[in-house]
Amino acid sequence: MIQFAIKRLMLAIPTLLAMLTAVFVLVRLVPGDPAAVMLGDQASAESLAAMREQLGLNQPIAMQYIHFLGDMLTGNFGASMTSGKTVLQEVSLVLPWTLQLTFASVLIGLVFGLPLGVWAALRRNAWPDYVGRILSLTGLSFPAFVSAMLMLLVFAIHFRWFPVIGSLVDGGFVSQLHALTLPALNLGLIMTAYVMRVTRSSMISVLGEDYIRTAKAKGVRPMRLVLRHGLRNALIPIVTVVGLYFGTLIGNSVLTEIVFNRPGLGKLILGALNTRDYTLLQGLMVVFALCVIVVNIITDIVYGLVDPRVKIK
Amino acid sequence: MTTLTAPLVAKPTTLWHALFQNRLSWIGIGLLVMIVLVALFAPLIAPYDPLQQNIAYRLEPPSAEFWLGTDTYGRDVLSRLIYGTRVSLLVGFVAVMIAMVVGSALGVIAGYVGGMTDRLITGFVDVLLSFPTLLLGLMVAAMLGASLENLIIAIAITEIAPFVRIARAPTIALKQRDFVEAGRSLGYGPGRLMTVHILPNMISEVLVLGALWMATAIRTEASLSFIGLGVPPPAPTWGSMIREGFENILDAWWLTVFPSLAILLTVLALSLLGDALRDANDPKTRSERS
Repeated sequence: MIQFAIKRLMLAIPTLLAMLTAVFVLVRLVPGDPAAVMLGDQASAESLAAMREQLGLNQPIAMQYIHFLGDMLTGNFGASMTSGKTVLQEVSLVLPWTLQLTFASVLIGLVFGLPLGVWAALRRNAWPDYVGRILSLTGLSFPAFVSAMLMLLVFAIHFRWFPVIGSLVDGGFVSQLHALTLPALNLGLIMTAYVMRVTRSSMISVLGEDYIRTAKAKGVRPMRLVLRHGLRNALIPIVTVVGLYFGTLIGNSVLTEIVFNRPGLGKLILGALNTRDYTLLQGLMVVFALCVIVVNIITDIVYGLVDPRVKIK
Repeated sequence: MTTLTAPLVAKPTTLWHALFQNRLSWIGIGLLVMIVLVALFAPLIAPYDPLQQNIAYRLEPPSAEFWLGTDTYGRDVLSRLIYGTRVSLLVGFVAVMIAMVVGSALGVIAGYVGGMTDRLITGFVDVLLSFPTLLLGLMVAAMLGASLENLIIAIAITEIAPFVRIARAPTIALKQRDFVEAGRSLGYGPGRLMTVHILPNMISEVLVLGALWMATAIRTEASLSFIGLGVPPPAPTWGSMIREGFENILDAWWLTVFPSLAILLTVLALSLLGDALRDANDPKTRSERS
């Protein structure tokens, strides 16, 4: 098992290097002089030169690349051009807000998605299945900001059940939870739709297996048959797919945070875009990609744990 | 299970047959035809000029005169919505076509040539997949600058990976088949073998994936426009309409609700169609389609 984990980690090294290279190239796609783009039209020649110096743009491209790799690999993700804080400081300031939101939504997704998916699989091609499939497809059709906005309109603006701004920096636990409800429900319902779909198809294929028939023939009680023999085996692909969903979840939480005006990674990115803070954007890009790579590794290792047949060739 | 006797690649007739048996696919096709017609005949359907500002009619709620109301500049929301259909469909379609052509070409080449080329291409795909989709699109669009072409390029880049994957795996299996070997011994070059002998065998899978990813492309377009990285104003797009409407969300609900519904319907129609096509195309699920 440890061998498997080490092999998987080794496989991530080339991906990591290539990812850093991709970010390096991407940031240099800016047409023209990045210093001029950042400082605007009114910048003086001296401030442009100073900015180029600061960004290392006056070095040969190969040197820039080596410096970039060295910085990134030693955990120096750069500093924001506007606030002067390092990227890691900026991220750690808002990360609790985003983590709170994503954990709540994954929880909602699992609590509702798993049972609904199992139910739809058991009642395949009957009405619960039909209704469930249409609802989950509808849930997946919403861009996250559209559903967020509709929820905001209906529950916060029309009915006034929830605050329009989805966070309270001060205020007790209850009011914080109250403010978290709508954003978390928005992400959570999309997650529910996703988990339900995956659970349904995974359960359907597991329920068709011979060992289910054998268990049924042995007289295993239906509840035990579905949960112990069925769901436990169906969980393996669900784990992988939910892990792969992580990248989408980040994008969705960015959009949700913008709509509900919550502090978090979304507003951080939006701010960086609006102020053309390219070093912050570059650092955020690397941090996010690192998260995705780490989650992928964990997913693979968990997969290896639950399914002993998985081996890296 | 009918897996053992089912042919590897569905014949067109059975594919259509299976597709038309699926009730959900009818809804998808119907909606989609309507949306395409709206886009095609936008100048004939739209009651007003989508760019015509009229300060006297600012933020009018829906009425007999302006069915879906007017925005902050007094522009007719319905007309903007109708013209926005063109942009959304165009961006979604072209972006997916680019991703499809580039992705499946890379996939076939990786599978056919193998070795170092294969490792490079799969490495490239792994890198694409290590970025959260929206952030990758956002970053590319932000770096290139806001314009229609750059938006399409940004979305296409986020969607290349799945097409590489779906084309690569069957190529590896197909290149060892007798008919490819026969072509090779007749002296056909790798270019001809890949395009004429291998590619047609997976084209249906690629097209099915195209329908599903066009839904995602339209969603990404709307999201990027909402963030402010879409087609620059005053051109009407659904995402930018929502962005503008969001500033007045407290007193003009119609500015956000109607473009939201338009996005939702289009994405839903494409997903229904893509799902139905996938079920119809896959011999394993065909027996359990609804």
